[in-house]
Amino acid sequence: MGTIVECNGVSKSYRQGKLVVPALAEIDLCVEAGGFMALAGPSGSGKTTLLNLIGGLDDADSGTIRVDGREYARQSKAQLADLRLHRIGFVFQAYNLIPVLSALENVEYVMLLQGVAARERRRRAREVLAVVGLEGMAHRRPAELSGGQQQRVAVARAIVSNPSIVLADEPTANLDSKTGEGLLHLMQRMNSDRGVTFIFSTHDEMVMAYARRIVQIRDGRIADDLHKASEHR
Amino acid sequence: MIGNLDVVTMELQLAWRNIWRNPRRTAVILTAVIIGVWSMVGLGALMRGILIGMIQNNIDTLTGHIQIHQQAYPDDPAIEHSISDPETWMSAARDALPAGSRWSQRIRIGAVVSNARHTRGAILMGIDPAAEARLSFIGTAVTEGAYLADGDTGGILIGRALAQQFDTRLGRKLILTAQDSDGEIVSRAFRIRGIYQAEMADTEKGFLFVNRQSAQQLLKLGNRISEIAIRLPAHEMAVPVANDLKARLAGSPLRVRAWPEILPLLKAYVEMFDTFILIWFIVVFVAMGFGILNTTLMAVFERMREFGVLKALGMRPGRIVRGVLLETLLMLVLGIGAGNLLGLATCWGLSITGIDLSAMAEGVAYAGMARIITPVVWIRDLLRANLVVLLLGLLVCLYPAIKAARMTPVAAMRHH
Ligand SMILES: Nc1ncnc2c1ncn2[C@@H]1O[C@H](COP(=O)(O)OP(=O)(O)OP(=O)(O)O)[C@@H](O)[C@H]1O
Ligand SMILES: [Mg+2]
Repeated sequence: MGTIVECNGVSKSYRQGKLVVPALAEIDLCVEAGGFMALAGPSGSGKTTLLNLIGGLDDADSGTIRVDGREYARQSKAQLADLRLHRIGFVFQAYNLIPVLSALENVEYVMLLQGVAARERRRRAREVLAVVGLEGMAHRRPAELSGGQQQRVAVARAIVSNPSIVLADEPTANLDSKTGEGLLHLMQRMNSDRGVTFIFSTHDEMVMAYARRIVQIRDGRIADDLHKASEHR
Repeated sequence: MIGNLDVVTMELQLAWRNIWRNPRRTAVILTAVIIGVWSMVGLGALMRGILIGMIQNNIDTLTGHIQIHQQAYPDDPAIEHSISDPETWMSAARDALPAGSRWSQRIRIGAVVSNARHTRGAILMGIDPAAEARLSFIGTAVTEGAYLADGDTGGILIGRALAQQFDTRLGRKLILTAQDSDGEIVSRAFRIRGIYQAEMADTEKGFLFVNRQSAQQLLKLGNRISEIAIRLPAHEMAVPVANDLKARLAGSPLRVRAWPEILPLLKAYVEMFDTFILIWFIVVFVAMGFGILNTTLMAVFERMREFGVLKALGMRPGRIVRGVLLETLLMLVLGIGAGNLLGLATCWGLSITGIDLSAMAEGVAYAGMARIITPVVWIRDLLRANLVVLLLGLLVCLYPAIKAARMTPVAAMRHH
């Protein structure tokens, strides 16, 4: 399988007034298509920053980032938006969903932005909600769902348009461990059944245990890169 | 096409639900828009009513739509500036008048009226009773006694205010004194046949009506007259018909004027009122606009995270702007709809009886306003009010909308 994410010498620092806060320094990272990778590290190490750069939500100060063979620096803002819309799924820690739309409509909405026809949208949204085990709750609004159910809807929305990669920033941080494990099982299944690449960040050992590859970040640098044997099934 | 319709439906649905996320805030905006539009429509119609009342009042009183005089009369209304041979000119002018037009010949000359105790200046009107009745207010204004009869050479009509001031009544005599066409001072007694009421006390004190023949006799005018007054079936015809008459009577010793020329002050008023109405709309809007801007900004800031997520998902900024504007549009349409209904209902309610201003008639008379004003709804005013609110409302909300769209996902997600 080919490489889906390729970072070369990526650095990023934030400016806070006169203060320059370094967040990432000279990151080199390749992620294989079909991978299931954890980005681990203590708070403030740069996990969110790296995920945002890979997702094209923010610009790197230097270095190159390539996703699906496209180099970000060469894309316009609109092209980046389209790339995210069609090729990348996002799951955030919380408040992923539009509160006034039902679970089904939240999943549909991304496809609406993509220009998928109404009937097709409805069909695929129902199908994917069933896959994440929420067929009975399609018409509930986010406020009427538990935290774990909301994250499942977010995963459903992320995978519904068959993206090449799903970026999840601490998807289980707001969940209790049992619910968190349920979500990881779901992500694992999406990974193995649909071949979607997952990169998720965490500082939870239990969550890391699910990953086939663990990249440790410390102070904006890669401190360790562990490939588990299971990746070469 | 069906696909598009379906997208619009979903976006409308989303916008509709979003505006009810914070019902109190939406209620605030709606209230502001409703009160704003209501007052624009209501007060706009009232102003328009006052304006039309003013024009009507002036035209009814003695102006008519068009007047024809001897060239020099408008600048110096002296007896020597009279029209000779009015019938000849009238027959030349008649073809230019649209069907339903009315005209009459008048003497209009300054005179002094007196009785045993009082004296004052007034305008002596020599009229053809039947023709004049179809043209100006006087035909229906007599409230005591009777209107002038044809051939009643000794009778006079005076206003109620003059009768009070002179402490006189029906059947008593008044002496009229004026300069005749030879420059001699002449006077004659007339008996009060009728007392009339007018919109304005000034009219009641200022105008005396006698038969045209008696005036012509008294002033030794022969068949000469001061003016021909013309009333047309509609206000708007005044200027074009006057222009036509001017062309036909070019080279004659006559001068044709439409009411805006006769009453330049009223014309200026009309234009000023138009500007007033627009300024009023904008003042109301500015007050309302700040409310809308504030509330929308708050609503947008509260949802920054959500906009961030949407942008992360690949939503283009333009679409976010559109979404926010659509929410504003929905609220504006709701508010404008309700505001118009309220405004029109108010106008309808007020137009049943009209608003009676006679209590403050003195001040009102000064401005030439009618005693009773009725709101008049002009489609043009209505459209203008609605467009002002709709377009400026959307324009104001462009700022929060762009703010929402500009927010980068990263900044938005850190926004709490
Ligand atoms: N917008 C920002 N402005 C200034 N500094 C920032 C900004 N975002 C992140 N940082 C800083 O950059 C560094 C890396 O932050 P980042 O959010 O990537 O860490 P993280 O590993 O995701 O932490 P956590 O586990 O707490 O989410 C930190 O020192 C953080 O304070
Ligand atoms: Mg983080």
